Amino acid sequence: MSDRWKIILLLTPAMSVIVLLFLGGLALGLMRSFNYMPIIGLINPNFDAYLAVFTSSEFYLSFLLTFHIAFTSTAISCVLAIGAALLLRRTFVGRSLINFLFQLNLTVPHLVGAVGILYLFSQSGSFARLANEFGMIERPSDFPALVFDPFAIGIILQYVWKEVPFIGVIVLANMQSLGEDYESVARSLGANKWQSFIHVLLPLIIPGVLSASVIVFAFTFGAFEIPAILGANFPAALPVLAFRKFTDVDLAARPEAMAMAMVIALLSAVMIFFYIRYTRQKFRN
Amino acid sequence: MSQRPSTGFRTFRAITTVMMVTWLILPLVPLAIWSFSRSWFFPNVLPSAWSLQGWEYALSDRSGVIDALWLTIGISLGATVLSVLAGVPAGRALGMYNFRGKQFIELLILAPAIVPGIAVVLGIHVVFIWLGLANSIFGVILVHLIPTLPYMVLVMSGIFANYDPAFEAQARSLGASPLKTFWYVTVPAIMPGIIVGALFAFLISWSQYILTLLIGGGRVITLPLLLFNFATSGRNDLTGAISVIYIIPGILILILTARHLSGRSGAVGGFGQI
Repeated sequence: MSDRWKIILLLTPAMSVIVLLFLGGLALGLMRSFNYMPIIGLINPNFDAYLAVFTSSEFYLSFLLTFHIAFTSTAISCVLAIGAALLLRRTFVGRSLINFLFQLNLTVPHLVGAVGILYLFSQSGSFARLANEFGMIERPSDFPALVFDPFAIGIILQYVWKEVPFIGVIVLANMQSLGEDYESVARSLGANKWQSFIHVLLPLIIPGVLSASVIVFAFTFGAFEIPAILGANFPAALPVLAFRKFTDVDLAARPEAMAMAMVIALLSAVMIFFYIRYTRQKFRN
Repeated sequence: MSQRPSTGFRTFRAITTVMMVTWLILPLVPLAIWSFSRSWFFPNVLPSAWSLQGWEYALSDRSGVIDALWLTIGISLGATVLSVLAGVPAGRALGMYNFRGKQFIELLILAPAIVPGIAVVLGIHVVFIWLGLANSIFGVILVHLIPTLPYMVLVMSGIFANYDPAFEAQARSLGASPLKTFWYVTVPAIMPGIIVGALFAFLISWSQYILTLLIGGGRVITLPLLLFNFATSGRNDLTGAISVIYIIPGILILILTARHLSGRSGAVGGFGQI
């Protein structure tokens, strides 16, 4: 059997899943967003759903909120993760404990984290009770709204909780495989700690940070259950809004849900472009 | 650079370490406490009455938690087995051969790891209804392959890139059948990759919410669906108990396999999906 046929046979099972389910799902979503679906009798495509979506202020508010959630969570997580990795990379007592907690946290599903954040930060949550204990507030409504709030603080807290260990583990591994030789050279040539971090270490770890951030940004932009638990009713995160439109009793809203799904897909296509740029070598080593 | 850190730095490090440890376990604490509480109203910092009611109800037949647990294990195992069956050959093709269009295939296989499930599943739903796969366990297992397969292939292509096919040729020349060669030569050599890939596949499937909700149509009730329902309906004791049950498999897997995992492997990206 020639290599050509071997490769085709080896790739067939995985490619069928990707082409039929993934690309098929995207293609059908695209068709339905144009209200075109011959198998259920819709044969006249139109742009109504996109017109409805792009002329509604709710969509723009949702989009901005979702972008704010994804961008803020990713940025904060990156900075804290680099800090944590710097702290952890030299041997000291707390290191193996934090390392274990980092990995433990990686296996906890986002949904559990979201419920935990809800119980901690809601207006009758643990922190509100502590504030009351110390006489800072009298009733739950005195406590600042940190969940179901317009700035999505609870959602961002949850993502930061989950993503700092995620990015941190990648950055730490990156730093350990680089070793400290480059920085030692910089230091011996007269750079101070800060200079050797900014000009030597940071440029070396940035590709790893960026490829992890792309995964984080795309995930936080498209996740449903976290904003559904911790988010305000209006404006809702884009995936929540799309889900509501999809399950609306009015079937005419479905193409709008698909149009929003396409917006999310388009944004993640941009993310893939960046991911490829930063991880081109991943498959080969 | 091996001079001893200054006292100021060590104090700073101790404080940040304590803060980090606290923050990492903090959200799990109220969940554990709620699961043992009977009444815990504002402004009590701790429950005013403790009980095992939440746990008793969670473990009883009425709550459906145990059924959901078995169903979730079954679905995740199903998705894992299918991911291994499809991912190992694809990893071999990408790890051992160079061919035209390889970069495009790699891109296609990675894409589902980044595109959020909700963007894909709304379209799939239409066709699954038509095919009779909506509201079925098998349909749910199939959609779980979308996020699980990419990391399986990524892990296996890494393994096969460092794999020497000469061993297979030797076994064949000594008279082993292709099947025997595969079983006694190939499988043992790639086993570490299969284990890591399978664990990621299992955990990624284990954490799926929206794919199960939409394709299962409310008929396929896995643990995360149950957890979400109880969390939004205010049964906090039960929610706490289900949360604890829900995170145990991940912790077990971590303890059993910590030595196989390293941040250096591209597969760690799989944690971003959980």
